[in-house]
Amino acid sequence: MVKIKFQNVRKVYNGTDVVDNLNLEVATGKFTVLIGPSGCGKTTTLKMVNRLVDPSAGEIFIEGKNISDLNPVDLRRRIGYVIQQIGLFPNMTIAQNIEVVPRLLHWPKQKRLDRTAELLSMVGMDPQQFMNRYPSELSGGQQQRIGVLRALAVEPPILLMDEPFGALDPITRESLQDEIKKLQMKLGVTVLFVTHDMDEAIKLADMIVLMREGQVEQAASPEKLLSDPVSDFVQEFIGKKHLPTNYDVESVWEIMNPNAVTIAKTKGINESIALMNKRNVDSLIIVDENRKLEGIVSVEEIRAAGRQESRIRRIGDLGIRQVPTINIHSQARDAFDLIVNENPRFIVAVDDEDIVYGIVTKTSLVKALAGVVWGDETDV
Amino acid sequence: MSDLPIFLQRNWGTFVNALGTHLKLSFSAVAIGICIAVPTGILLTRFPKAAKKVLAGVGVLQTVPSMVMFGLAMPLLGIGIRTALVVLIIYSILPILRNTYTGISEIPEKYIIAARGMGMNGFQMLMRVELPLAGSVIISGIQLSAVYIISWTTIAALVGAGGLGDLIYTGIMTYNYSMILLGAAPASILAVLTSLLIGWLARIATPRGLRM
Repeated sequence: MVKIKFQNVRKVYNGTDVVDNLNLEVATGKFTVLIGPSGCGKTTTLKMVNRLVDPSAGEIFIEGKNISDLNPVDLRRRIGYVIQQIGLFPNMTIAQNIEVVPRLLHWPKQKRLDRTAELLSMVGMDPQQFMNRYPSELSGGQQQRIGVLRALAVEPPILLMDEPFGALDPITRESLQDEIKKLQMKLGVTVLFVTHDMDEAIKLADMIVLMREGQVEQAASPEKLLSDPVSDFVQEFIGKKHLPTNYDVESVWEIMNPNAVTIAKTKGINESIALMNKRNVDSLIIVDENRKLEGIVSVEEIRAAGRQESRIRRIGDLGIRQVPTINIHSQARDAFDLIVNENPRFIVAVDDEDIVYGIVTKTSLVKALAGVVWGDETDV
Repeated sequence: MSDLPIFLQRNWGTFVNALGTHLKLSFSAVAIGICIAVPTGILLTRFPKAAKKVLAGVGVLQTVPSMVMFGLAMPLLGIGIRTALVVLIIYSILPILRNTYTGISEIPEKYIIAARGMGMNGFQMLMRVELPLAGSVIISGIQLSAVYIISWTTIAALVGAGGLGDLIYTGIMTYNYSMILLGAAPASILAVLTSLLIGWLARIATPRGLRM
């Protein structure tokens, strides 16, 4: 069944085609993800569904009705809409925010109240505790949960989501992804979701629509997209990490994370802290001018040094300690043995001359195993 | 100065009369100013191109010294309370107009997108989102306007409108310092109190979610 249908849709801004002859069918009750590089027209496509943007040419149908014949205000009240910046009204309580559309539709008070309580319970937020709070009293993740509930308040058959989790931290994002997928399946709502994150698309989508320069490059299920990319562009966009891997995990070189955060031993303390913040790590690998391993330093050690008001200026003077290392040509199994048995935070991967190439962590281990599993599946 | 209380006692009737006129004049000017400036400010947000010109025009009007403005108004409107009121209203408009316009224009776009995307029409958006979010900025415009107008109302005495300005000018002309003080001090106190009162009203009228 087709919920939303785009027929030869074009949108021109300042002489450029942002959306160019788009033909697309979004299936009822499915989770469809629009993805592509920035400027590919995915957000414009989304906004044409609730007429925040009107097409320059072509038609859009919802359940067979041409939406240009519908009143945009009425149309929008029947389509849920979630935006990246969340946009909860700061002057309204959580309950008032959720009840915006029910109020616009003149629901009676008791019905609104019941619905709000029901929705909050659905995402595990205690209605008594949250209803009368204000958005500024909630974390970003909680706020976007409310943003989703607000969009679902009147049980709209369609939910539009414009990079809803893009501004959240990775852990919160993961849990909201899980929740939205659960909600979508439970409610059977048709979701059209914009993202630029392929991992997110693969995790959520029933169908991924990869867009390029205003057109559909490939529309397919995640499995199909990964196994049968129609072009180099798709292949490249999917990225190497998602490609089927048929090699056996062998050397440390293949499984290590090459993005180890290193710092020259002559750098200052403040610079080190800034680097840690920027790369979001809690330890740094100290190297000399040839990237030869000197040791590691953790954020605790830097803090301790700071507290003692010591005169340490250079990171290299700070208690360098020995770290577990492994040669990049060794077998990956040896690295994993080391991790499992000695439980270090990470192992530094070096060559014969102690030059740092990367690190091996528990995550590398899991990824390597996943790669093997993935490879087996796609080989069949 | 020590004879001020006695002076006040002796001229109590005159003083109360002047204070009453002063209050009436300045508060009607601000009230009418609000009725003109807030809707106009809202209207201007719908026409941003025209808004710049209108605000610039009103800004120029504001730079005309009040003495000059009263002088210009007198030949046209004659002497009396009506002339004073017209001039004061003109002065009360700009701060309120400008704050209404900027207050609404500077609401972060996300709230507007969210409101539109959920299906609010223009009026609903205004009442439920724009005015509440711009409220404190608009009220601070009113506060500013009220303080100005209360002090400028003293000048209105020049066109025969009465008020505390009357006491000041009479005092100046008769070298009666007590009388000058009897006009000037209440006018200043009135301005400060009004400012505090509006500030307090603004605070209790702000929803808890916007107070942090």
